[in-house]
Amino acid sequence: MDEFVLIFRHEDGNKVASPEQIQIWMKQTMDWIGGIAAQNKFVSGTGLPFADAKIVGHGGVVTNGPFGEIKETIGGFITVKADSVEEAVEFAKGCPVLQGDGNTVEVRKIAKNDGVH
Amino acid sequence: MQTQELIPHLFRTEYSKIISVLCRRFGFDQMETAEDIASDTFLTAAQAWSYKGIPSNPTAWLYNVAKNKAKNHLQRNTIFESKVSPEIKTDDAYEQDIDLSPKNITDSQLQMMFAICHPAIQPEAQIGLSLRILCGFGIDEVAEAFLASKETINKRLFRAKEKIRNENIKIEMPDLAEMDNRLENVLTTIYLLFSEGYYSVSQNQVLRKDLCFEAMRLCHMLIENESTNKPPVNALLSLMYFHASRFEARTDQNGGLILYDDQDTNLWNQDLVAKGAWYLNQATTGNRLSKYHLEASIAYWHTQKTDTKEKWENILQLYNRLLQIAYSPVAALNRTFALAKANSPREAIIEAEKLQLTGNQFYYTLLGELYTGIDNKQAKFNFQNALTLIKTPADTAIIQSKIDKLQD
Repeated sequence: MDEFVLIFRHEDGNKVASPEQIQIWMKQTMDWIGGIAAQNKFVSGTGLPFADAKIVGHGGVVTNGPFGEIKETIGGFITVKADSVEEAVEFAKGCPVLQGDGNTVEVRKIAKNDGVH
Repeated sequence: MQTQELIPHLFRTEYSKIISVLCRRFGFDQMETAEDIASDTFLTAAQAWSYKGIPSNPTAWLYNVAKNKAKNHLQRNTIFESKVSPEIKTDDAYEQDIDLSPKNITDSQLQMMFAICHPAIQPEAQIGLSLRILCGFGIDEVAEAFLASKETINKRLFRAKEKIRNENIKIEMPDLAEMDNRLENVLTTIYLLFSEGYYSVSQNQVLRKDLCFEAMRLCHMLIENESTNKPPVNALLSLMYFHASRFEARTDQNGGLILYDDQDTNLWNQDLVAKGAWYLNQATTGNRLSKYHLEASIAYWHTQKTDTKEKWENILQLYNRLLQIAYSPVAALNRTFALAKANSPREAIIEAEKLQLTGNQFYYTLLGELYTGIDNKQAKFNFQNALTLIKTPADTAIIQSKIDKLQD
């Protein structure tokens, strides 16, 4: 069984939705993750708050951002166990982030420390 | 109390104390000797008390006899060894050796707990040894709790003791650095012990409750000791109190199981609920959320009589978190039940079928419940699958009555 990371890319929810709406998304996200964990396929994960985000560039230049208005901003990720990328994609399809037009979940296999990858 | 009642009672409370102290003094390699001396002490008591009457302080009497028997044993050994080493101890030296003071008893029992719950020993053997050595259960009772023969239990205990000797496990407290890890093993065993009583296949209600209360007593011992009084220990005790509060409500007069939804909530013991709440509060120090914290919080919500959406939403979110740190099939099924209550049965059916726990009777029971009223044909199909996996007549009766109701 391989491990895959599901990376959520979306706008900063706080900028586009009410606290009540955010509450609903939070519950949906917790239920989605709970459903994966109930299949014993959850490994780990975390949200990434947009506040206090910095970009460190070439030569140590520090700028603010990435900016949450951009839909490609990473808002969090989880790592799951799956037999195939197809199974990981099925998990990703349930991610509540995808309710937002333009938002995406990127599915990437985690390299094994076996000297080949 | 008459002799025939008093001795079993004292056996339960004092046997483990005597064994722990003697084992600690002799070392694990002479565990059988310690057991022999402890058993022999009670045999002497039974004989002496039946014609001389019960002494004014039976416990002190037992300690005295145990101490003398232990001293004799050590002396015999020393005489044997003295052919090699000429040094012979005085009687006083043995007197100090066998220390049955309350402090040494508690210390010895705690150390024994850590030794028995060593990760090298199989969980089943850990429970058996705990029952025998820490709780003073007779072989008959251990066998009944496991629904196994006395021979099987004796063999299992023998192998476990051999393992302890081969692994050279010491009767001592773990280092501070190791404490949290080792404590986790102890908590696992205590919880298994409790579950063995709570969900036991044995029909003996008294024995089952004894198992649960013994597990709680061991947990209390950890809390009374400063180095082991940690948040997860308090959380586990809280969890056990919450469960224990439904003791009277969860079985009928014939020992049949009454499901949570059908229980008479007036029989839920509010004193035990209050104790559970107290220890849950004690558990909130520190910054690590253990699985026991989550399970105790889930158990807390189950002590609430009202069947509200809020209750089930809280339970669902706690299960969502519990499954992330400690997956178990039972938690997965319970989480799905909470999902049906908090969200909808239709959503829960989709999630339940993803679990594919096809060897588990409760998987089919859950699906049967969820389909009831939505698709009774599917409900019946699942209940019938459950029937093929069920092991006890009481469970069969419950599922059969669910099927019968569908046909109405």
